[in-house]
Amino acid sequence: MKDKWIFVLFALVFLAAYFIPFNQLRIQNSIAEAFLLLQEYARQHVLLCLIPAFFIAGAISVFIRQGAVIKYFGAQAKKIISYSIASVSGAILAVCSCTVLPIFAGIYTRGAGIGPATAFLYSGPAINILAIILTAKVLGYRLGFARALGAIIFSVVIGLIMHSLFNREDEKTRNKSGLADVEETKDPRPMWKTILYFAVMIGILVFINWGKSDSALKIWYFIYQAKWFIGAFLSIALVWMIMTWFKKEELKEWILSTWIFAKQILPLLFAGVLVAGFLLGRPGQEGLIPSQWVAKIVGGNSLGSTLFASVAGALMYFATLTEIPILEGLLGAGMGQGPALALLLAGPALSLPNMLVIRSIIGTKKTLVYILLVVIMATVSGLIYGAIVT
Amino acid sequence: MEIRILGPGCPRCGEVEKRTINALAELNVSADVQKVTDLKQIAEYKIIGTPGLVINGKIKSSGRIPSLQEIKNWIQKEL
Repeated sequence: MKDKWIFVLFALVFLAAYFIPFNQLRIQNSIAEAFLLLQEYARQHVLLCLIPAFFIAGAISVFIRQGAVIKYFGAQAKKIISYSIASVSGAILAVCSCTVLPIFAGIYTRGAGIGPATAFLYSGPAINILAIILTAKVLGYRLGFARALGAIIFSVVIGLIMHSLFNREDEKTRNKSGLADVEETKDPRPMWKTILYFAVMIGILVFINWGKSDSALKIWYFIYQAKWFIGAFLSIALVWMIMTWFKKEELKEWILSTWIFAKQILPLLFAGVLVAGFLLGRPGQEGLIPSQWVAKIVGGNSLGSTLFASVAGALMYFATLTEIPILEGLLGAGMGQGPALALLLAGPALSLPNMLVIRSIIGTKKTLVYILLVVIMATVSGLIYGAIVT
Repeated sequence: MEIRILGPGCPRCGEVEKRTINALAELNVSADVQKVTDLKQIAEYKIIGTPGLVINGKIKSSGRIPSLQEIKNWIQKEL
């Protein structure tokens, strides 16, 4: 860091220390809320949910060969296949949000063109495995599922619209040299072993987080009571697989990848939780921002509040996963379910900084159309979801 | 020898850079190592996944972190 920036930082800390009225009850409350929310995350979400999710994300980046997926993004690939793969492959390819933009640039300039590229750009951040797991755990299964489904369906719609608007002018300038074939090393395991290994890891995550449900629903309640047995059984199976199917080198790579993700994401999430707690408080409590304001602007499922949530989400920058505590705070303060989904869809897909990067790749006109489409689609999904839920 | 590490600056790209420099040091080979962070330039290399590793214009890996041993083998092949 340059000295100039360190000085600016010092000045900001000084001004904050000088001017913030810490003796006011509201500020004191908000600070307490920030740490109480952090504690809630630490107690409820870290050990059983975040840590297993990081291991799964690490495993995806080490054990799943991307080449197999990427060849469907080539210029020669069938259009239906490119779109379907583009809309769902974020789950595998976008484990870390910083990989979305290079892949987008690659698909656009060298591969299947603007349609699949924008489809990937829209769905990638929403269906990356960490985001889905944490959304479902913190905000509930319904919203987690709606987020994934909304992202997948509407990414195809956006891609098709972008394709029909711009493909003709792109065709003239596009470089058709295609993508390079990278000689990939052969998979050291048969496919079924890899699949089983992932299934067991996801199974562990799902079962140990199984929520308590109405005891009238016999099967769900039975699973709830047996969740530790199922979790322990699956863990033993996982340990056996790790010991017999994998080489020591591979396991080292797995741990390293997991650690890289954790190192990259956890500090930002930690900061995000503190900020969300400070501004909005835990669900049912109030932070710095009065709940009535939130309820007034994004409460209910009206067109106005849903549209506001999409536009705000499109402009705001969310570091990976921080959209979740912020949304938890907003929901607790009275935000409607529809606007919540709209924010979840528009938020991670767009932000001011990444608009600038997208513009440098596809130009101003296409970027503006893309932003407009994202806002419209997020609003529409929010309205539909809001109408279904209420 | 010309080595390019492609990636917009995420920690995974940093890991590839670290391993490349270690591989060069272990083999006692000198090379011109540069990071390519501009997305348009990365796309010029015709790869999709990052981090990517390019040695003497040949794409060696993309979308994953290659092991130290792999990088050493590639460097020796290009000598």
